[in-house]
Amino acid sequence: MPTAPAHALTDATTSDRTLRRFLHGLPGVDTVGLEARASALGTRSIKTTAKAYAIDLAISMIDLTTLEGADTPGKVRALGAKAVNPDPTDRGTPKTAAVCVYPDMVATAKEAVGDSGVKVASVATAFPAGRAAIDVKLGDVREAVAAGADEIDMVIDRGAFLAGDYMTVFEQIRAVKEASGEARLKVIFETGELSTYDNIRRASWIGMLAGADFIKTSTGKVGVNATPANTLLMLEAVRDFREQTGVQVGVKPAGGIRTSKDAIKFLVLVNETAGQDWLDNHWFRFGASSLLNDLLMQRQKLATGRYSGPDYVTVD
Amino acid sequence: MSDRLTVLKTYKLYVGGKFPRSESGRVYEVTDSKNKWLANAPLSSRKDARDAVVAARKAQGGWAGKTAYLRGQILYRVAEMLEGRKDQFVREVADAEGLSKSKAAVVVDAAIDRWVWYAGWTDKVAQIVGGGNPVAGPFFNLSSPEPTGVVTVVAPQESSFLGLVSVIAPVIATGNTAVVIASENSPLPALSLGEVLATSDLPGGVVNILSGRTAEITPSLASHQDVNAIDLAGVEDDDLAKELEVAAADNLKRVVRPQPVDWSADPGTHRLTAFLETKTVWHPTGSLGASGSSY
Repeated sequence: MPTAPAHALTDATTSDRTLRRFLHGLPGVDTVGLEARASALGTRSIKTTAKAYAIDLAISMIDLTTLEGADTPGKVRALGAKAVNPDPTDRGTPKTAAVCVYPDMVATAKEAVGDSGVKVASVATAFPAGRAAIDVKLGDVREAVAAGADEIDMVIDRGAFLAGDYMTVFEQIRAVKEASGEARLKVIFETGELSTYDNIRRASWIGMLAGADFIKTSTGKVGVNATPANTLLMLEAVRDFREQTGVQVGVKPAGGIRTSKDAIKFLVLVNETAGQDWLDNHWFRFGASSLLNDLLMQRQKLATGRYSGPDYVTVD
Repeated sequence: MSDRLTVLKTYKLYVGGKFPRSESGRVYEVTDSKNKWLANAPLSSRKDARDAVVAARKAQGGWAGKTAYLRGQILYRVAEMLEGRKDQFVREVADAEGLSKSKAAVVVDAAIDRWVWYAGWTDKVAQIVGGGNPVAGPFFNLSSPEPTGVVTVVAPQESSFLGLVSVIAPVIATGNTAVVIASENSPLPALSLGEVLATSDLPGGVVNILSGRTAEITPSLASHQDVNAIDLAGVEDDDLAKELEVAAADNLKRVVRPQPVDWSADPGTHRLTAFLETKTVWHPTGSLGASGSSY
């Protein structure tokens, strides 16, 4: 087993038993309190210059995603062009943080974004189910990295997690982290399949202990994806983790965030929970595709005073 | 007999098939022609108007895609529902326009008849404004009318029900969807019409009804890039009408200018054809073979 990064919590991961004891020793989540807090923070009114700032920040945080069986090189190139230059009518529009594609499209995506600074993220490890042998998963990761992926989005083995086999989950993340090399690793928990908030908290800590650079809510392929509540919970986890270990971990809600209003609510959660350090696309991302168009329409509204419409943004 | 508590009706907007309050939480007092309080109506904001446009856009493709025959059936269904709630509309129209019950009943009957009349037009309008064009060449040349898209309708201020029906029905009959600004001082018949539309198989979002200050809501709709046309029937202030027309020009909206209309007269097809775009198809006929005959 590869060695875990040395920090105050290293002891927790020495054996299955210590890991279990640590995870079950985490405080239980107050479900009602969490949801009330998340919805209360969603009522903030963000207007005028603050709104303009939030919209630009949100655009710069998007992992522009296409994860369909029907993805073609042409579609990936179009996505790359859009990530680099989201609104051709306004060159002042920030670039998105990354494009997110399947491993076999990484080379195409890499070519499309060129040296613009937009990163290429690739899902791997038998995304979205994660039901494959570890060797297959690692092969998936190595191929993506070899093709030039800057970031790897892996899925955890939810079956092992739900069966209580935390060490397997932990070791798989460690192994993928090693296989990722220089690429930053995002660990997807698929919160919609973890059933309880307590489980989401435990999964967050496993991911962070195993060396994740980002923890990510979901694949976007199941019924329940990112919600304010589960994102708030994960933001609390990264905040607490940094307090205890000094290591900062990013958060990426993905799936179901479609409007500017939603995105701004998430930014409020970030600011109020994790703090300003996370208000940067190095530490917070949105996994989204249709969100970008809504942000662009809002941006046009702020610039011109007229409500915009879907005829004035690209179809993707 | 026990004294009953008065059951006051909360009038609400009709947007996307639902009955929301104004997003702003505001209301304003609606009075009858003698300044007696009737009800509080929602005072819509620009955001309500934007939400209504989103709902109308979402509904447009589905509504235009239904067969003209089915649209006619659904509009006829609206007339059936209006018939069933005639008493309520007679009361509201009498209050709003200061008419006697019998005169109001005449107005409501005329409105229902007009609705039926437009229902009949859905599958006939294509024959009137479309068809084959004679061209000098071996082509079939066919024109057919298509709906313009999302239409903002500023309903007439005085004729709170007959005028209202006369501006909504022609817009939706041809497959457009509508964002309607009800008469500012008499919005109650319009808000009640929303309740009728919601129970008439009309898909949510095809008609969206807002009440509030005309001068407050209309500018953002006139400049809205996702609105394709605007009917200024109920804009009585010339300066406002001009301002709205200028704003509408920005994305080349179709505009129907305000003009005096006798709503009780035969409406003709003007409003029905005002919100149509003509699609023309050139189809080469070629030759059918050695004989040289063509289609």
